[in-house]
Amino acid sequence: MSSVRRLALAILLAVGGLSLAADWLSPASYRTQFREAPNSPPSRQHLLGTDAMGRDRFSRLLYGTRISLTLAPAAAAVSTVLGILLGGLTGYLGGAWARLGMATTDLFLSLPWLFLLITVRALLPLNVSPLTSVLITFLILGLLGWAASARVLCAASQSLRKSSFVLQARASGLHGVRLFLVHVLPNLKPVLLAQFWISIPVFILSEANLGILGLGVTEPLPSWGSLLRELEGLLSFHQEPWKLAPLILLMIVVTSFQLVLSKEETAA
Amino acid sequence: MIRRLLCSAFCLLLISAGSWAQGGGELRFCLRGEPKTFDPLKVDDEPSLSIRYLTGGVLVRIDRKTQELQPELAKTWKLSKDSREITFTLRHGILFSDGTPFSVGDVAYTVERLMDPALHSSTGDAFRSGSGKVATKITGSDQISITFPASVTGLDRLFDQVAMVSAHSPHKESAVLGPFMVAEYKPGSSVLLRRNPNYWKKDTQGRQLPYLDSIHLDIQPNRDIEMLRFTRGELDIINAIDTEYFDRLASTNSKVVHDAGVSLDSEQLWFNQVNTAPIPAYKRAWFQSTNFRRAVSLAINRGDLARVVFNGHARPAVGPVSPANKFWFNAKLTSDPNDPAAALQRLQKDGFHLQNGNLLDKDGNPVEFSIVTNAGSKARERMAVLMQEDLQKIGMKVNVVPLDFPSLIERISQKFNYEAAILGFANVDLDPNGQMNIWLSSAENHAWNPLQKSPQTSWEAEIDRLMRLQASSGDPRKRKESFDRVQEIVVEQVPFIFLVNKDALSAVSPALENADPVILHPQTFWNAERLTLNSAIRASR
Repeated sequence: MSSVRRLALAILLAVGGLSLAADWLSPASYRTQFREAPNSPPSRQHLLGTDAMGRDRFSRLLYGTRISLTLAPAAAAVSTVLGILLGGLTGYLGGAWARLGMATTDLFLSLPWLFLLITVRALLPLNVSPLTSVLITFLILGLLGWAASARVLCAASQSLRKSSFVLQARASGLHGVRLFLVHVLPNLKPVLLAQFWISIPVFILSEANLGILGLGVTEPLPSWGSLLRELEGLLSFHQEPWKLAPLILLMIVVTSFQLVLSKEETAA
Repeated sequence: MIRRLLCSAFCLLLISAGSWAQGGGELRFCLRGEPKTFDPLKVDDEPSLSIRYLTGGVLVRIDRKTQELQPELAKTWKLSKDSREITFTLRHGILFSDGTPFSVGDVAYTVERLMDPALHSSTGDAFRSGSGKVATKITGSDQISITFPASVTGLDRLFDQVAMVSAHSPHKESAVLGPFMVAEYKPGSSVLLRRNPNYWKKDTQGRQLPYLDSIHLDIQPNRDIEMLRFTRGELDIINAIDTEYFDRLASTNSKVVHDAGVSLDSEQLWFNQVNTAPIPAYKRAWFQSTNFRRAVSLAINRGDLARVVFNGHARPAVGPVSPANKFWFNAKLTSDPNDPAAALQRLQKDGFHLQNGNLLDKDGNPVEFSIVTNAGSKARERMAVLMQEDLQKIGMKVNVVPLDFPSLIERISQKFNYEAAILGFANVDLDPNGQMNIWLSSAENHAWNPLQKSPQTSWEAEIDRLMRLQASSGDPRKRKESFDRVQEIVVEQVPFIFLVNKDALSAVSPALENADPVILHPQTFWNAERLTLNSAIRASR
C-alpha cells in the first residue's frame, strides 16, 4: 500500500471516528438554538461560531459528517448491488438480456437527474421525521444512481463470459447462477470495489446539491448539503473563513476516497 | 484686465453649458424579470409596473412618502358623495413625449380603452363594481367627468395606476407623459429609458425635470449577480434587498443601505381547514379548532423570528394589515405574546394533554404535523425551524418540508394535500379592496379553505359581510369601521397566524443624489424625476 493511500485511509478513518464520537465531542446538540448569539464568530464556547439560528456550527459539522459518511456508503452499496443485478448479471447472460439491461441503463443515464430527484422528493409523504427523511433521501440516491456502475459491470462480465476459464467451467458442466457466483462474481470484485468507492463521493455531492436546493435532509438534522447552504451568496472568503469548514472537509474526504483506490481498482 | 474678465466669463459660460448638457447621468438598476408589456393599461407584472411608473403620466399620484393623494396631470378633482362619479380639471399646455398635445379627449380615450372587457386589463378590473358602461362626459376644454355604473371604493386613489395614453398620437402607447420614455428594448437583456424632452414638470428653481438623462434597466432575475454588480459599482440601486445581503453590505459600507421601516409585506402560517383535504379527520379537527390555532400563535416567539431570522429588520406582526398602512391599520390590536403556559391552557380546553413531554389530543393521538414552504427561501425555512423548537416546548412535533415552488402551489391550491404552510403576502395596495380575493370565503386565495360555496363558519360569514359592506360604502369612516372589525375577527380566530412584517430594505449608491427610499413600491425610485448622479460617477461612465 502506497503512503498516499495510507494517508487517505488514515484521514477517512480519523474523520469517521471523530464523527462517530460526536455525542462526546460536540459542545451542544445539533438542534440547540442559542438565540441570543446567532451568526457569532468562533469562540471558546463555539469553536466554529454559530449559524443563522444560533446553532453550534462545530456540533452540526460533526453530526452532519456522521450522517453523510454513514449513509453515502450505504447508498453506494445499494447502487452497486443494483449495478451487479442489472449490469453484471445481464452482461453475463448476454444476448437479448444484455441488450435489455443496457437499454434500461441508457434510459436511466439519459434522465434529467436533478429534476427526477426533486420530483421524487416532492411525491414523498410530508409527515416523516428528519431521520426518516435522511434515510429516504439516500435510498433514492442509491436506487437512482446505479446506471453508471451497471454499464461498467456489464462490460466487465461480458468480457469474462468469453474468457477461457469460464468456457472451461461451462465445459465441465457448471451453468447458470452457480457459474456466475463461483467464477464470474469473484473476478468482478476489483470492478465492484472501484464502483463502490467512486459512488460514495458522488452520493455525498448529490446530497450536497439537493441540500443547496433545500431539498435534501430536513431540518433540524444536519448534513454536509445543508451545511454547505451557508455558503450561498458568500461574497468574500476572508470575512468569515470559518464558514468554509464543511466545504474544506468535503473536499478532503472526497479526495481521500479517490486516493484510497489502488491503481488497479482505478484502472478497473 | 477687461480681456482677463471676458476670458473668465467665457470659461464660466462654457463650464455651465457643459454641465447642463451633461444632465444627471444614467441610472442603472435591475428588473427581476422580463417586462410582459409596454402598454400601460395591460400591466400586471412587476417589471412592467416599474416601467409604467417611470414612463406613465397619471392624473393623480399617491405620494409614496406621505401616502396622500397629490395632483399630477389633473390640477384638481372632485369625487361625488356616492363615489360613482369623478371630475378632473386638467393642467394646460402638456405634451406627450412625441409632441402630441394632451387633452380631455385623451382621458376619455384612456378610460374607454381601460374599461373595454376585451383588453383584459387588471388595472381596469379594479374599477369594475357593477354591470353597465362607464360614461365619460367632457364638460369643458380642460374638464372631464367619468361616471361608473356603481359606487367604486377608493375611486380617486385608483387613478394612481392609470397612465394616460394618447388618442391621436401615431406612436400609440409609446407616446408617454411621464419623466422617461422607452428608447430601446433588448429582450432578455435590457430596457433603456431616455428623458422625456416634453415632460411638464420643473423643479423649484425652474429647471426641467427629470435630472437624469437615462435609466438603464438590466433584466436579471439572479439576486446574487445583482448584489455582486452593485458592490462593483455597476448598479446604482437595489430596489428590495434580502436581510442577509443588507447586513453584508452594511458591514462594508453602512451608507449604501437603507431600512425605510416596516413594510406592507407579511409572512404567515396557516393550517389546512379544507373539508375534502386528504388528511386524517382528527388532524382536520385540530386545525379547525380556534383554540388549537390560538395556542400555536401563543407558542410562537415572534420577537425571535424578527430578531434572529431577519436580523431585526422585521416587526412581530399583529394582523392582516401592517402598521405601515397608516390609515387602515387597526391600532387597537396587539400581536399575541409568546406565552407557552397560556398556549397549553388553550389546548386543555379542547382536551389536549401532555404525556412525557408529548402533546396528545383527547383521543390519544400525538400532535404531529408538517409545515411546507418553498425551498430556497432561507427566511421561511429558518422561521419554520425556529417555530419547530417553539412548538416542541408545548409538546408538538413539527416536520419542516421545503418543496419546490410548483409542487408547493399544487399542494396548497389544487390537491390540498398539506397540513400547514408558510408563505407571505407582498402587498402593494393600501386599500382593503385589494385583499377581497383573500378574505371572501368564496375567493381562490382564501388559503385555509378556498372557494367555499357558502361560508363554513359564522366568523367567515361575518368577514364576508363586512368586506362587502366596506366595498360598497363611499364613506371612508364607515369603511374603516368595517375593516377594523375584520382585522379583529382575524386576530381572534387566527385563520392566518401572522408572524412578522418585514422592513423595506434597499441599497442605494452614495453617488445617487436625492434618493429617499420609502416603504411603498417603487421604494428607491419613486422620485425618479429628481434623482441625479454626482459628477464623479457621471464622468467615470
